[in-house]
Amino acid sequence: MCTREREREADLVITILARRERMSGMVDASSWGAALVRISPYTFSAIGIAISIGVSVLGAAWGIYITGSSLIGAAIEAPRITSKNLISVIFCEAVAIYGVIVAIILQTKLESVPSSKMYDAESLRAGYAIFASGIIVGFANLVCGLCVGIIGSSCALSDAQNSTLFVKILVIEIFGSALGLFGVIVGIIMSAQATWPTK
Amino acid sequence: MYGFEALTFNIHGGYLEAIVRGHRAGLLTTADYNNLCQCENLDDIKMHLSATKYGSYLQNEPSPLHTTTIVEKCTLKLVDDYKHMLCQATEPMSTFLEYIRYGHMIDNVVLIVTGTLHERDVQELIEKCHPLGMFDSIATLAVAQNMRELYRLVLVDTPLAPYFSECLTSEDLDDMNIEIMRNTLYKAYLEDFYKFCQKLGGATAEIMSDLLAFEADRRAVNITINSIGTELTREDRKKLYSNFGFLYPYGHEELAICEDIDQVRGVMEKYPPYQAIFSKMSYGESQMLDKAFYEEEVRRLCLAFEQQFHYAVFFAYMRLREQEIRNLMWISECVAQNQKSRIHDSVVYMF
Repeated sequence: MCTREREREADLVITILARRERMSGMVDASSWGAALVRISPYTFSAIGIAISIGVSVLGAAWGIYITGSSLIGAAIEAPRITSKNLISVIFCEAVAIYGVIVAIILQTKLESVPSSKMYDAESLRAGYAIFASGIIVGFANLVCGLCVGIIGSSCALSDAQNSTLFVKILVIEIFGSALGLFGVIVGIIMSAQATWPTK
Repeated sequence: MYGFEALTFNIHGGYLEAIVRGHRAGLLTTADYNNLCQCENLDDIKMHLSATKYGSYLQNEPSPLHTTTIVEKCTLKLVDDYKHMLCQATEPMSTFLEYIRYGHMIDNVVLIVTGTLHERDVQELIEKCHPLGMFDSIATLAVAQNMRELYRLVLVDTPLAPYFSECLTSEDLDDMNIEIMRNTLYKAYLEDFYKFCQKLGGATAEIMSDLLAFEADRRAVNITINSIGTELTREDRKKLYSNFGFLYPYGHEELAICEDIDQVRGVMEKYPPYQAIFSKMSYGESQMLDKAFYEEEVRRLCLAFEQQFHYAVFFAYMRLREQEIRNLMWISECVAQNQKSRIHDSVVYMF
């Protein structure tokens, strides 16, 4: 009885949306808006968590290989640079760790709701919040990893020629790695409001 | 995509770029050259060089040294560096590195053909060839009587084959034709290299275009100056100029009709990059021109190292090493012949 009511309510929402769209000029009742609303919030949350860890690790790995290949080559003629320049690799690695931390936090936010409430506005909101949080963290870490990697490569090559340059370029790298932190902060704030409807 | 090479260059080129920059740090500085200029004899030079990267190459040479030995061993270092980089490179960097040696191949071909014309022994000539420009069957060049045979017997199997289409004639090889052949081959080689770099795109294309354009213009000026007063017609002279560079096409038309050096100077001073070079020389003087061109070339090559993630650093390093070997040869000759006052005439300082 309850589910049929809920289904009728969902259909009512869709017809209202369709009517609104028809009035605003779009014709089809089965529109993209309707399709999006029908996707389960669990899907969005899971994809968000996957993107958060996956794309962050992509960024970190990209940065590490950019910096690592230059570091290895430069260290042949100037072996003294190896230990100091591992710090660039560590900054890139930190980006991956941010991704892991946020993924773990997000997955604790993923709760079960009864199927009657699954397409409530509150549920959808929680699903979208986790998805957005994942995207924020993933892509912020992707570009942060790239940035730190490219600077780390230049840092290794400059250090090999002139060792006074290392600390100055390191400051640039520190500013670059702050980008990942911005992403993590905003992502965690977004996910804090992912409250699923209570039973 | 220009500007985003930093994202993918290091996959294949990161290690080698770092290695070439390490080699660049080993080039001789002004302080080294000052030490070398103070030397009394070649053994002193050997001692000073043993503190540089050339040390391991020179240490087993017995005294008394000759200048040719010093130059030979230093060239050996250049060849070793080049081969090390070539065997680690993937496409398209390996093609780029191969292009760098075609210029030496052309020089070797011309050396052997000229030497054979003057009845020198083939083995002796092969020893004088630049090691970077060696290829199999180079000794067969001594057999050819004219250019068609040269092409058919030897050069069709070498990478120089496509450059021969413009100079296949059945004329006999004499000094004038050989010089024309050399310049025609070099023109085809430069244009081919230029097109290849344009195809690579990005920072490589931009920096290499600048370096190759300067090379093309320099050769145009040298061809003009060397052919003043010879029987080379204006049409022939114009055919030897490359189809790119700052001077193309209007500068070439003006250079083709020049009959003496002051006219050449008049033409070149219309172009700002070359005005600076020509303004350093007083009227009627052409000995300083070579050195002025070398200095300008070295300045541009050093600038190529300012940018990361492109292939022009390899080209620049090879050229800078060659300039350094020329410097060492000049210094050794001056010291060996006790003419140290003339050392500074021809040494081009790099950093």
